[in-house]
Amino acid sequence: MNQEAVEESEERIPIRERPEWADVRPVPQDDGPNPVVPIAYTDEFNETMDYFRAVYLADERSPRALQLTKEAILLNSGNYTVWQFRRLILEALNADLHKELQFVDQITRANPKNYQIWHHRRWLSEKLGTNIASKELEFTREIFCSDAKNYHAWSHRQWVLQALGGWEDELAYCNELIEDDVFNNSAWNQRYFVVSRSPLLGGLEVMRDSEVAYAIKAILTKPENESSWRYLRGLHKNDGYSLANDPQVASVCLDVLAGKTDYVHALNMVLDLLCHHHQPSRELKDAIDAVSPDPDLSNIGLAESACSILKLVDPIRASYWEWRKSTITIPVRD
Amino acid sequence: MENLRGTKSQEEQWMLQNQCFRIYDIVSRLPPQAQSVNVEVRRENHIEYLTKSLKQLGPNFSVLDANRPWLCYWIIHSITLLGDCVDDKLENDFIDFLCRCQGQDGGYGGGPGQMPHLATTYAAINSLITVGGHKSLSSINREKMYEFLLRMKDASGGFRMHDGGEVDVRACYTAISVASVLNILDDRLIQNVGDYIVSCQTFEGGISGEPGSEAHGGYTFCGLAAMVLINEVDRLNLPGLINWVVFRQGIECGFQGRTNKLVDGCYSFWQGGVAAIIQRLHLTVNKQLGLPDTFGCKTESDNDSSDSEGEELSEGSSSPVEIHHPTKGGGKLNTTVAMGVNCGYDFIKRPIGMKPIFNSKALQQYILLCSQEEAGFRDKPGKRKDHYHTCYVLSGLSICQHCNARDADSPPLPGDVMGPYSNLLESVHPLYNIVLDKYYEAYEFFA
Repeated sequence: MNQEAVEESEERIPIRERPEWADVRPVPQDDGPNPVVPIAYTDEFNETMDYFRAVYLADERSPRALQLTKEAILLNSGNYTVWQFRRLILEALNADLHKELQFVDQITRANPKNYQIWHHRRWLSEKLGTNIASKELEFTREIFCSDAKNYHAWSHRQWVLQALGGWEDELAYCNELIEDDVFNNSAWNQRYFVVSRSPLLGGLEVMRDSEVAYAIKAILTKPENESSWRYLRGLHKNDGYSLANDPQVASVCLDVLAGKTDYVHALNMVLDLLCHHHQPSRELKDAIDAVSPDPDLSNIGLAESACSILKLVDPIRASYWEWRKSTITIPVRD
Repeated sequence: MENLRGTKSQEEQWMLQNQCFRIYDIVSRLPPQAQSVNVEVRRENHIEYLTKSLKQLGPNFSVLDANRPWLCYWIIHSITLLGDCVDDKLENDFIDFLCRCQGQDGGYGGGPGQMPHLATTYAAINSLITVGGHKSLSSINREKMYEFLLRMKDASGGFRMHDGGEVDVRACYTAISVASVLNILDDRLIQNVGDYIVSCQTFEGGISGEPGSEAHGGYTFCGLAAMVLINEVDRLNLPGLINWVVFRQGIECGFQGRTNKLVDGCYSFWQGGVAAIIQRLHLTVNKQLGLPDTFGCKTESDNDSSDSEGEELSEGSSSPVEIHHPTKGGGKLNTTVAMGVNCGYDFIKRPIGMKPIFNSKALQQYILLCSQEEAGFRDKPGKRKDHYHTCYVLSGLSICQHCNARDADSPPLPGDVMGPYSNLLESVHPLYNIVLDKYYEAYEFFA
C-alpha cells in the first residue's frame, strides 16, 4: 500500500481528460447488480481499471498501454492480470528492460512481500541474463537489511544463483548473517543450499566435516537454538544411522546435557540416535540420568527415559513425546 | 562473556512471549466468572463483522481487488464454521458474483474480467461448495475447469498459478484440491506432481514453496494435503515432518510458520491442519518407522478404536472398485480418464488412529486469548484483525476441538473444547478446509 514512496506526486490528470486517450471507451467492471465483497473504489482506481480493461480486451500493446499498466500497478501491485499484460507489452515493444528493473526496484521496496512483483523480477532477470546476477544479489541483500527472513527475496536469490551464477561469496554471506543473528533460520537454510548445491564447493559429502564443526560451534554457543541442530541433522541428510555413526554428534549432545540447561534439542537428537542403534557411552547414560528428575526412570530403557524427561521439561510437546515413547521398539539398554 | 542483549530474533521473540504471558497472567487472576467470559468465542460479534464485510468493503481493500474470491471464501467459511449461514438472497449474490469471476476457458480469476488463477479458483470452488445447493454446485463448469488445470500443468510436474505465472507448492495444492473435490482428478493431472512436492521437503522436515527454499507451515500443509489426495503420501519422510511440525508450537502456545519466527494465529490451521492430517496417516507412519501395521491403535484404555483391515487398504493403496453414487448433476466427465479412487473421501472416512501430536489446549488458549478480538481474529497481540486471519484462526480452532474424536462423525467431548461447550465450531475436512457437511454434499453431487 505504500505507493507514495514510489510515484513522483505530480498532480494527476484524469485519464478521460488526457488527449492521447480520447479515442478509448473505458470498460466498467462487470460486478453485477448485487455483488458480494464489493469494494468502495476511489474514482482514480475505478477510472484506471476501466481504461485498463479497455486496452486489455483490445489487446493493445502500445506505449500508452504500458504507461497505464504502471498506474494500475501503483494502485494495486497484486493484480497479476495487469502484470502479465505488462510483460506482453514489454516484449511487443522491445522495451528497455533495465529501465523496467529500476521501476521494479522501487515498487519492491514499497511492497517487499508480494508474489507478483517477485515473479515479474524473476522474469526480467531471466531476460537480462548473467550480467544482472551481481545486481540481483546486491538487491536482495538490501532487502535482507530490513527483513533478513523475507521468503520471496530468498527464493529469488536462490533462483539467481542457480540460473545466473554468482556463488563465489555466498558462503561468506551466510556466515555474515549467522554471525549477526545465529537464530536466523533463513540464513541457515541458505547455508544448506550453498553447501549442497554450489558448483564451487564440491557438495555435501565434501563439506560435511567442516560444516559439522561449524554447526557444533554454534550449538555450543546457544544450545537452545533449533536452527543449528536442524542444520546438523541436515548435514547427515536426516539419516539416523549416519548421525548415530558420527561420534561428534553424540559428543555435542553429551556436552549440552552436561550443562543441565537448554537440552531439549540435545535430547531430541539423542532419542533419534538411540532409535538408530547408537550404543551410548557410559558418560551419555550418566548425563541423561543426571537430568532425570525421577530416579525410577533410570530402570527403563534409555530411549524411554529420554522421552519421559522431555515430557517433563518440554510440556508443550508432552503428547508428542508420549507418542515417541510408544513407538520405541529397540531395546537399547542392556 | 554473557550477552545481556539477545540477537534480533531473540529480542522480538522475548517481547512477544512476554506480551502473551502477561495476557495469560491477567486472565488467570480473574474470578472464575470473568475468566470464562474471556475464553468465550464472541460468536455474534464475529458473525456481524463478517456479514458486514460481505456487503461493503472500504477503499483500502483495493489492494485485495485481485483476491475477491478469497474474501468470499474467508468470510463464508468463517460464518459456516461458526454454525451460521447467509440468507437466500446473499447466497444467490454469491453464486452470481462468482460466475462473473469464472473464465470462459475455465477457472476463476481474482474478480470479474481477470485472468483465471489457481489460488482464486480454489477459493471460488471452496466458496461455492460452502454455499452449497444445486444452483451453486451446478454453476461450476467442470469440463472447462479440467482443461484449465491441464493448461496450468508445468513440465516439472508442478502447476503454475496462471498463464505466465509462478510454479510452486501452493499451485500444486490448489490444482489438486480443486480437481479432487470436483471429481475430475486423473493421471494426467497427477503425473509427476508428487516428484515436485517431494523435492520440496527440506532438511528440516517441513516443506518449502520451491526446491531449496525454507520449510514453511503454509507450504507444508499444501504439500502434505496434495500428497494425500494423489495417494503418494508415503513418499514423504513423515517422522521427519512430524518432528518439524511439533516443534513449531512454542511456549506462547500458538504455532509459528518457520523455525525461530514469531507465532502467528493463521498457522493454527496450516500447522494444526498438518497435525490433524497426520493423525489419520498412522499406518503409513508406522510403516516408515518399521512398526507392525497393527501398532499403536489401541494405546492404554483405547480399546474402542476399531483398526480394521479395511482402513489398511484405503490408506496404503487405491481402492480398486469405484463406487458409483446416484448422479445428481455431477458424475464422471467423459473427457477425463476415470481414476477409480477418491482419496479425499476415503481419508475422511478412516478412523483417527493417532492421538493428537500437538497441544490442542495450549493452541486454543492462544486463539481465544491472544488472537481473538471483540470481533474478528488477528495474527498476534498488537496486530489488527482481518478476514484471512479470522478464517484460518477459526479453522485452527475447529481442528483443535475435533482432534480427539475417534472419527469424523463423532462429536467432541466437553473436555476437548476450551471454554463453554457452546464454543464448539463445525468440523472441517482437513485436506480441503471445507466444513464437513458441505463437503459431503459436494461429494455426493459430483460422484
